[in-house]
Amino acid sequence: MSYLRRKLDEIKRPFAKGEKWERFAPAVNAFDTFLFVPNHTTSKGAHIRDAVDLKRTMITVIIALLPALVYGIYNTGYQHFSQLGTEFTFMDAFIHGAWKIIPMIVVSYVVGLTIEFAFAVYRGHEVNEGYLVTGLLIPMIMPVDIPLWMVAISVAFAVLIAKEAFGGTGMNILNPALTARAFAFFAYPTYMSGNKVWVSEAGALDAVSGETILGSLAAGQSVGYSTFEMFQGAIPGSIAETSTLWILVGALILIFTGVGSWRIMVGGVIGAAVMGFLFNLWGANALMSFDWLNHLVVGGFAFGIVFMATDPVSAAQTLKGKWIYGILVGIFCIMIRVFNPAYPEGVMLAILLMNVFAPTIDHYVVEGNIKKRTKRWAKAQLKTA
Amino acid sequence: MSKGLRIRKGATIKLEGAAEKIINDNVSSSTYALNPDDFFAMTPKMLLKEGEQVEAGTPLFYAKHDPRIQFVSPVAGTLQAIVRGAKRKILEVVVSADAEGKAVKHKVDTPEKMGREKVIELLLKSGSWPFIRQRPYNIVANPDVQPKALFISAFTTAPLDVDFEFISKNHKDSFQSGIDVLKVLCEDIILGVDASFSGVFEKINQITRVPISGPHPAGNESIQIHHVNPLNNTDKVWTIRPEDVINIGLLFETGQFQAQRTVAVAGSLVKKPHYIKTKIGAQIAPMLKATHTENSTPARIINGDVLSGNQIHLEGHLGFYNNVISVIPEGNEYRMFGWMPFKDNNVPSISKTSFSWLFNKPKKANTNLNGEERALVVTGEMEKVFPMEIYPMQLLKACMAGDIEKMEQLGIYEVVPEDFGLIDFANTSKLEAQEIIKDAIQLMIKEVG
Repeated sequence: MSYLRRKLDEIKRPFAKGEKWERFAPAVNAFDTFLFVPNHTTSKGAHIRDAVDLKRTMITVIIALLPALVYGIYNTGYQHFSQLGTEFTFMDAFIHGAWKIIPMIVVSYVVGLTIEFAFAVYRGHEVNEGYLVTGLLIPMIMPVDIPLWMVAISVAFAVLIAKEAFGGTGMNILNPALTARAFAFFAYPTYMSGNKVWVSEAGALDAVSGETILGSLAAGQSVGYSTFEMFQGAIPGSIAETSTLWILVGALILIFTGVGSWRIMVGGVIGAAVMGFLFNLWGANALMSFDWLNHLVVGGFAFGIVFMATDPVSAAQTLKGKWIYGILVGIFCIMIRVFNPAYPEGVMLAILLMNVFAPTIDHYVVEGNIKKRTKRWAKAQLKTA
Repeated sequence: MSKGLRIRKGATIKLEGAAEKIINDNVSSSTYALNPDDFFAMTPKMLLKEGEQVEAGTPLFYAKHDPRIQFVSPVAGTLQAIVRGAKRKILEVVVSADAEGKAVKHKVDTPEKMGREKVIELLLKSGSWPFIRQRPYNIVANPDVQPKALFISAFTTAPLDVDFEFISKNHKDSFQSGIDVLKVLCEDIILGVDASFSGVFEKINQITRVPISGPHPAGNESIQIHHVNPLNNTDKVWTIRPEDVINIGLLFETGQFQAQRTVAVAGSLVKKPHYIKTKIGAQIAPMLKATHTENSTPARIINGDVLSGNQIHLEGHLGFYNNVISVIPEGNEYRMFGWMPFKDNNVPSISKTSFSWLFNKPKKANTNLNGEERALVVTGEMEKVFPMEIYPMQLLKACMAGDIEKMEQLGIYEVVPEDFGLIDFANTSKLEAQEIIKDAIQLMIKEVG
């Protein structure tokens, strides 16, 4: 360890303050701090600090994402082979999926991190860890057959427009990963919806029934899956959104570690369930009469509410605000699904919409606190007067 | 007797090296010093020159904004040095103690007979006035103000903090006479005590006792004020530390300025942590020697507790309001893959990304930042350690922006930097919250007054 440390210090020397490559120090530090927590000590404020830092927080989110990702890789292969009608093993399916998905992840990280590093060097701050999560989320919410260059462009759009244009990590209004998906959705609609895109290499097959459940409902077709199948996740859909089971495992990791807000998740589920139930009572079309429980396990709802809506930067920040925000995401998600057959996937738009309104929610929550205080002041003044 | 206060939010950080309850009053100090920085937002004006003789209680300097507020020498001797820093700012006023120990004598009577005016005059003249501090801002109290209440917190919750019950046990009468003096200044005296055991404080009269329980920062005066009798925009509240109540009591008993300080010398580098009875401004080094503090590893010596104290060097002196000296190792070392969740559980942490909370054993903390400063990303974690009806993150952001109106609305008058000590500790982005609040309060004093 000390040998490695000495080597690293040697490598870092030209990047030190006042040296030749000082400007590029953030890029080198980003790698170095991944090997070692730096030797920085407190210089002001509290003398001792918690073990938690942003790296640890972001890595925790990545760990929570892994179950859904691994299942997504398997499901990609499973959908492909079962549509093909050939015999296959678990490994076949997994390898097929990995071949499809790992390049997407690599492209996402390479493009996104390059932009992040460039901005860090340009602005002279350290590289923020937020993109580690965003970069993994983006491929996970894309259809499997989307061309890699589209992934690259979506990533670039998301990082530049949704994040850096607002001032970088912590300042963005919209969730960057969802912005990438929304960009792809509106820029390349033929690659993002329809019945061909959800199963890998479906275009080569004639009789593919690769429509997502929400898509078939919107088209007025019946659903060929049971609630348990939908929950377990062997259904067509964006790469990692299908398995509510494994997303739930991730949700538990986030809730246990306190990294993801349980208030948003629970609020979202309540909002969606109530909305779904009300529509069940109404029942004017196929999506309305789709059982409210099924609404919770199909489409991107589970993935969105667990991993997207809980992004602390773009969500509401106050505790009360988080409840309101979560519930509204749930309500709008089902509403968009039901009322707008062109966008059966409501959760993406619901979250982006609520991202925009999150500061307003917080404003009113904080305003309540301010009002309470000014009222108390006024009362005290009356007493002394 | 009030029905008590139960604080739920916050965190108790258990550290190694808590002081054993033994009082050692045999530690001598050859010099004593006052540091004007201990008195928030006070600019000192010197009254004496280097080399002049002083008695215990002779004024050394006064506050520029109010010459009546004097700061006196805790001991008799010679004014040895006025240590100055950048822009000739006074860093330390050092008095070398002599053996004779002459003291300034004041004429005293019972506080009731003297009345408010005369009591204040005596406190000012004797140099005891700075014991009383004023909220908002935690500055030395303004003698012209009638506070709506006076708060004394005898309940401590900071890591390695002292037990005021233990310190006050043998000074019950002086504590009571101190209270009698303060009663003349302010009718409403509120004494926050440990709900589980308040011992000697049970027997104190003339006060409202509030039994308090809960994790840090429940012992902070701000928290108690906020929940018992909150500050409104024009209100003033005074605070005083329990040992200074005793000092004021002793002043009225003896007619001499008293600077008694019982200090807990604690921390993982202290081999025999215990209490030392000395005087305000005493040298640090002899105290560390008496407690067998390790001197081979690089150490951080802190005037105060590890969350809100100030770093001092070995040649430094005890602060004016401090009852704790904490000594912990410096953390200037690398930790491989230290960012991994659930790794290095010996590092104190209240985050659930560490198993630190599973082990109730006192921890060995060092001064490593455990990461780097980042933009504010995680939300909700500050509220968990901030037991007031104030939005800490929103207040901090208003402070960073220097938005005075917002700061007022969000409750800047009710907080002092130490209330943000746990936020400094716990926040993921390593934001320096206490520093931000300190600067913001300075701004408030300058702009609003």
